[in-house]
Amino acid sequence: MLYFSTWKTGLIAAVCLIGFLFTLPNFVPASERLDAAGEPVGIWRVLPHNSINLGLDLRGGSHLVFEVDMEGVREERLSNLAEDVRAAFRQDPPILSAPPAVVNGQVVARLSRPEDLERALERLDEINEPVTNAAGQQTLQDTLNIERGEDGRTVRLTITEAAFESIRQRTVTQSIEVIRRRIDSTGTTEPTIARQGEDRVLVQVPGESDPQRIIELVGTTARMTFHMVEANVDPGPDGQARTPPGVSILSTERPGEPYLAIQTRPLITGEQLVSASQSFDQSGQPAVSFRFNQSGSLAFGDATAQNVGRRFAIVLDDSIISAPNIRSPILGGSGIIEGGFTVQSASDLANMLNAGALPAELSPIEQRTVGPGLGQDSIDRGQTAIVIGFSLVIVFMLLAYGFFGLVSTAALVVNVALLLGALSGLQATLTLPGIAGIILTIGMAVDANVLIFERVREEYRLGRTVANALETGYSRALSAILDANITTFIAAAVLYMIGAGPVRGFAVTLGIGILTSVFTAFVFSRLLIAIWLRVSRPKTLAM
Amino acid sequence: MKLALVRFLPVDTDFPFIKGRVAAFVLSLLLMLASAGAFMGMGLNFGIDFRGGTLIEIGTDGPADLSAIRTELDRLQIGDVQVQEFGSDDAVLIRVETLDQAGGEAVFQRAQELGLTLPDQRIRDGVEDDEAAQQVTREAIQASLDSAFSDIEYRRVEVVGPQVSGELVVAGAMAVLIALFLMLVYIWFRFEWQYSVGAVLALAHDVIATIGFFAVTQLEFNLSTIAAILTIVGYSMNDTVVVYDRIREKFRKYKTKPTAEVLNLAINKTLSRTILTSGTTLVAIIAMAFIGGPALQGFALALIWGVAIGTYSSIFVAAPLLTLTGVRRESGEEGEGALVDNAP
Repeated sequence: MLYFSTWKTGLIAAVCLIGFLFTLPNFVPASERLDAAGEPVGIWRVLPHNSINLGLDLRGGSHLVFEVDMEGVREERLSNLAEDVRAAFRQDPPILSAPPAVVNGQVVARLSRPEDLERALERLDEINEPVTNAAGQQTLQDTLNIERGEDGRTVRLTITEAAFESIRQRTVTQSIEVIRRRIDSTGTTEPTIARQGEDRVLVQVPGESDPQRIIELVGTTARMTFHMVEANVDPGPDGQARTPPGVSILSTERPGEPYLAIQTRPLITGEQLVSASQSFDQSGQPAVSFRFNQSGSLAFGDATAQNVGRRFAIVLDDSIISAPNIRSPILGGSGIIEGGFTVQSASDLANMLNAGALPAELSPIEQRTVGPGLGQDSIDRGQTAIVIGFSLVIVFMLLAYGFFGLVSTAALVVNVALLLGALSGLQATLTLPGIAGIILTIGMAVDANVLIFERVREEYRLGRTVANALETGYSRALSAILDANITTFIAAAVLYMIGAGPVRGFAVTLGIGILTSVFTAFVFSRLLIAIWLRVSRPKTLAM
Repeated sequence: MKLALVRFLPVDTDFPFIKGRVAAFVLSLLLMLASAGAFMGMGLNFGIDFRGGTLIEIGTDGPADLSAIRTELDRLQIGDVQVQEFGSDDAVLIRVETLDQAGGEAVFQRAQELGLTLPDQRIRDGVEDDEAAQQVTREAIQASLDSAFSDIEYRRVEVVGPQVSGELVVAGAMAVLIALFLMLVYIWFRFEWQYSVGAVLALAHDVIATIGFFAVTQLEFNLSTIAAILTIVGYSMNDTVVVYDRIREKFRKYKTKPTAEVLNLAINKTLSRTILTSGTTLVAIIAMAFIGGPALQGFALALIWGVAIGTYSSIFVAAPLLTLTGVRRESGEEGEGALVDNAP
């Protein structure tokens, strides 16, 4: 146990050296290691140059979890399906039925004549397409489940689970793409946007201490449509007036005109927009200018030409943001939206229009924001606690074991270097609980050394020679050290798998700390003892 | 080598731990009952992670005027709002319970009456659901504070909706149970089932006692607490394994000694290691409790308790339990050379 071949000694020294090299960047300010573009400079081109990656709770920033409103998507799909059924029945020769309606998650259509049932089912079979999977391939499963009612004249349609699952996948994936484009366009550095669970999206933005901005960027569907205003319909003071078919009342953001009646069918939708940007209107107020694609330009030109003197409404997510008069036909396919914007909100809206509409509504269900001051404060306190904890443990070990305390102090220093080096090299995220994990590791790391030294004392008192006592002590302590550390490692692993956010950071440092402390106690300190034995050939142990 | 070493213990201790096992079992049982009683009677002071709601930590330029902040927030009539100092006199923690949709709607109306503008566009037509209610609450509080004070720095803002908090409760409980189960399996695999039953009972003892500690002290019980409990489980297991390892070794060596004597010998042989390791661990955690700041303090206090209770349970619960589970003396491979060699 106490003999090390030269190459083994070299290997151990190399591991320690690499640990120190990876730790080093944490003690050199970033400005000396990296240039403005984040590329290493000078000697750092050959050395590891990454410092520890700090979690949002230490560097400040916003962590938000959004839920994709899949229930809303389901409702929308069902009402589209009802519309499809109506269209299918209307084909020549028409099938007469009561209007297909959505009832309890089903589309129900009651036929006027029972003898039409078979024909109706055939038509519906035509709109029943196979499910497309995530790779864009068609599968053998149907999108629709079509049943006939007991009365022999009713058909019921539901969306199959497989179809809905495929819709869910696509909706969440698209949402993530849109969110990424929107957040990237604000110039934020290093955002994390990831799927979480079934239908959630995690958004982490370091350095952003105003979660509101992100909530607006992500929580706005940005579905923009253009409608004609129905000037003949009075929306009433509270927007509750009865409306003729095809007309809806929406709230506006204009003072003095809280509601407006508009034609429900849009003239043009936001999909026809090709670009938008923040600009200023004639009076110098911030505005958003936009441009349509070819077909959008034609449709917009036609509509404005036919309706000179009337008003149209620009609707964003069910609210009218602007309702200008058409003074002359707008033929160039571009226009400007004025709506009481600030420069910030105008450029955010332009970004959202460029990034495209979200396929579903997203709402925040969890948000955690840490300001930069608190983060720095936590780092400072954490560092002090680490240094003081470290010193106290060293004093404790020196008092208890003298020379062997010195050996375990060296082991502890290497241990902390390896731990910090591993965190830097793996670019694992260090959180506040992670700092707690480091302090705890420092306290517990000496355990393996204590186990060994106690065992050595015991064996020495049984009358063994120094070398023999050390030899036996190490070999007998091994099984206890391994079992004890594996069980703690199990706890850390479970915490890593199940824990969320900052707690995961704790599990990471605790887990890595266990690995490094087993290495330092069983390999590094054993090497030191072996060298000491060979050099000073002690006859007695002061234990 | 001439250093005078501090001996924490006499060289060869022979404390009759096993003899006192009945007293220890009674004490542990009382501790369990007290913990259960405290848990039922006082409940846990669940933090925002598990209860949901809104938490805002603010910093002010000078000492914060808590009563002015309370008066300001009272105008919103949110219901249960806690305003307290946090760590120092220029830091204030504001906590608000989870609101349901109706509660959120009321806060929204009230904010409108007070003329506060809430930035979120999506709530202008009313509060849609329970999740949106938390969002409105946060915005209303921030708008209200911003309108009344000019020197507020938002150090930390957390909003956890009812759905997420419910899931975190389940995940936290699962984490503890899964960890206990995996350890049961591991110890079974490495030792014998009698050992693994003893070890897991001792761990359950530690978990229950820690929950009791949180009920009595009313320290905030949050996600970090789950991390603390799992750490305590890991630490206590660590201790137990060291004692068990020695018990197994002594059983192989002394084939005819009575079980109780062997257990006692193993505990005494590992005692100074147990105390030293607990000592260094406690020293490090105490540094964390005093210096780590208010955010780490609860975590550190839980660990201090846990190290104490985990050390106790390894000696007084896990080892003596082996007299009850009827550990087999012949366990392990006979004559494992290195372990039964010529030591006198």
